[in-house]
Amino acid sequence: MKILHCPINGPRPIQEFSFGGAVRPMPDPQQVDDEAWADYVFNRDGEQGIQREWWYHIASNTWFIAERNITSDQFIRTYLWNGEEAS
Amino acid sequence: MPFRLLKFGLEKEYSEPRMFRSPAELRDSYDVVIIGGGAHGLAAAHYLAAEHGIHDVAVLEQRYIGHGGTGRNTAIIRSNYLTEEGARFYQFSVDLYRDLARSLDFNLFYSERGHFTLAHTPASLRTQRWRAEVNKHLGIDSEVVGPEFIKKKIPEIDLNCGGHQPPIVGALFHPPGAIARHDAVAWAYARGADQGGAEIHQRTTVSDIEVVDGRVAGVHTDRGFIKTRKVISAVAGWTTSIQRMVGLRTPLVVHPLQAMVTEPFKPWLDAIVVSASLHTYVSQSSRGELVTGASLDPYELISMRSTLDFAEGLAGHMLDLFPFLGDVKVLRQWAGLCDMTPDFSPIMGTTPIEGFYIDAGWGTWGFKASPVCGYTMAHTVATGEDHPLIRAFNVSRFGAFDLVGEKGAASVGH
Ligand SMILES: Cc1cc2nc3c(=O)[nH]c(=O)nc-3n(C[C@H](O)[C@H](O)[C@H](O)COP(=O)(O)OP(=O)(O)OC[C@H]3O[C@@H](n4cnc5c(N)ncnc54)[C@H](O)[C@@H]3O)c2cc1C
Repeated sequence: MKILHCPINGPRPIQEFSFGGAVRPMPDPQQVDDEAWADYVFNRDGEQGIQREWWYHIASNTWFIAERNITSDQFIRTYLWNGEEAS
Repeated sequence: MPFRLLKFGLEKEYSEPRMFRSPAELRDSYDVVIIGGGAHGLAAAHYLAAEHGIHDVAVLEQRYIGHGGTGRNTAIIRSNYLTEEGARFYQFSVDLYRDLARSLDFNLFYSERGHFTLAHTPASLRTQRWRAEVNKHLGIDSEVVGPEFIKKKIPEIDLNCGGHQPPIVGALFHPPGAIARHDAVAWAYARGADQGGAEIHQRTTVSDIEVVDGRVAGVHTDRGFIKTRKVISAVAGWTTSIQRMVGLRTPLVVHPLQAMVTEPFKPWLDAIVVSASLHTYVSQSSRGELVTGASLDPYELISMRSTLDFAEGLAGHMLDLFPFLGDVKVLRQWAGLCDMTPDFSPIMGTTPIEGFYIDAGWGTWGFKASPVCGYTMAHTVATGEDHPLIRAFNVSRFGAFDLVGEKGAASVGH
């Protein structure tokens, strides 16, 4: 069974979590043109290797950040979002 | 052991006819280079020669033909999609498929079974009614049917799902729904392409694409540089690594999709049965195995690994539908890469990079589209303009907020 380390609840089976997608900085919608906004809304990087992403522990309502290798499926580390860093 | 087989086994040289040649050398240039030796790339090479007289073509495949989704899918072919653009497109593919064994002179084991998408709730029945009406409007054979009809066609099914799931209240029934032998589709198109003059180079990896002043100038491979002005990328689950070579941005994210087959047994299941609510689908192959699958793995991953979670979950839901399968053994389990788009429609045709043509966004639904993809991509490359059937799928649709929402028909349906 695959285990993911929740920053609040410790190691839990991966089935208790939900994937929230890569962490991506949102441009200010008032400041950017339609093209840049559409790029933010739809396009993804397609990068391989380590990705910073949102995960959610369903039972405890906890959103947090995980760094994961998206080709080997190894979690490098997990931590709570601290505003600055995640954006 | 038959004597012929023994003799064959002792021979030093392979004496049977090959499906296609394996030229020793890559040439310095080709009119068209196709990246990816799946059914899409091979079909494009075939139709370039057969329909447009373009013979100077190389198909480059990093491993062996059919290494990707083409050799890993569960072979369901149907056209009961939700949007007009999708339904027309997949119907054209079904029309090509129906005649393919004859036109390519190759037995594809194309077998029309009838395709049921089960509804367990009034909400999914509503989507199915919507699909049926779109389909009928376009002349596609598709209808909503009730539980009695389902039970008559599939006597072994438990309409109450053993009380573990909401009962089956109806289904979308699509009589032309079919399965085919996927390896045969790859071989048949490979042979067709080869006979049309294309060269198929296996174990040849594209490592970069040369773009000069916004247009394609050639491709770098692990066997050297090839000059070309036209490149088709037909690499499905590998597209995110190719798009970076030309600086193209797309919404694609990759998830694995898994499948498994049981030991073979007597034919009892004629139809193809899909339950989106239970994330399960099943058909019985011509060898007697049950070919089963589920929905995508729940998170992004560029890997073809299998999981026990998947096998457990799928087996549980199979038993909800067919409780008598409890003793049946699972023979094999595997996974493939799915390049998912946000609207569950493909990304096809011309791109802002001149000479770079994309055939991607095939997610969990691209096997059925192999013929129409080859056909329309060949047209697009030969004329420089998107074939009318794929205009709605151009990569520019995202910038224009003009999506083609196909989720209701594609998510577990394949
Ligand atoms: C388990 C499973 C079940 C499925 N079931 C169905 C189904 O029932 N019905 C349906 O319609 N669809 C189904 N699909 C989806 C379908 O398999 C794919 O959409 C389809 O096969 C894509 O075909 P393709 O020719 O575009 O790509 P592929 O067959 O994936 O071929 C791409 C090829 O490109 C090669 N390649 C990649 N990068 C490079 C490079 N840099 N250089 C050279 N070569 C490269 C790869 O090795 C690969 O062989 C399923 C998929 C899976 C995984």
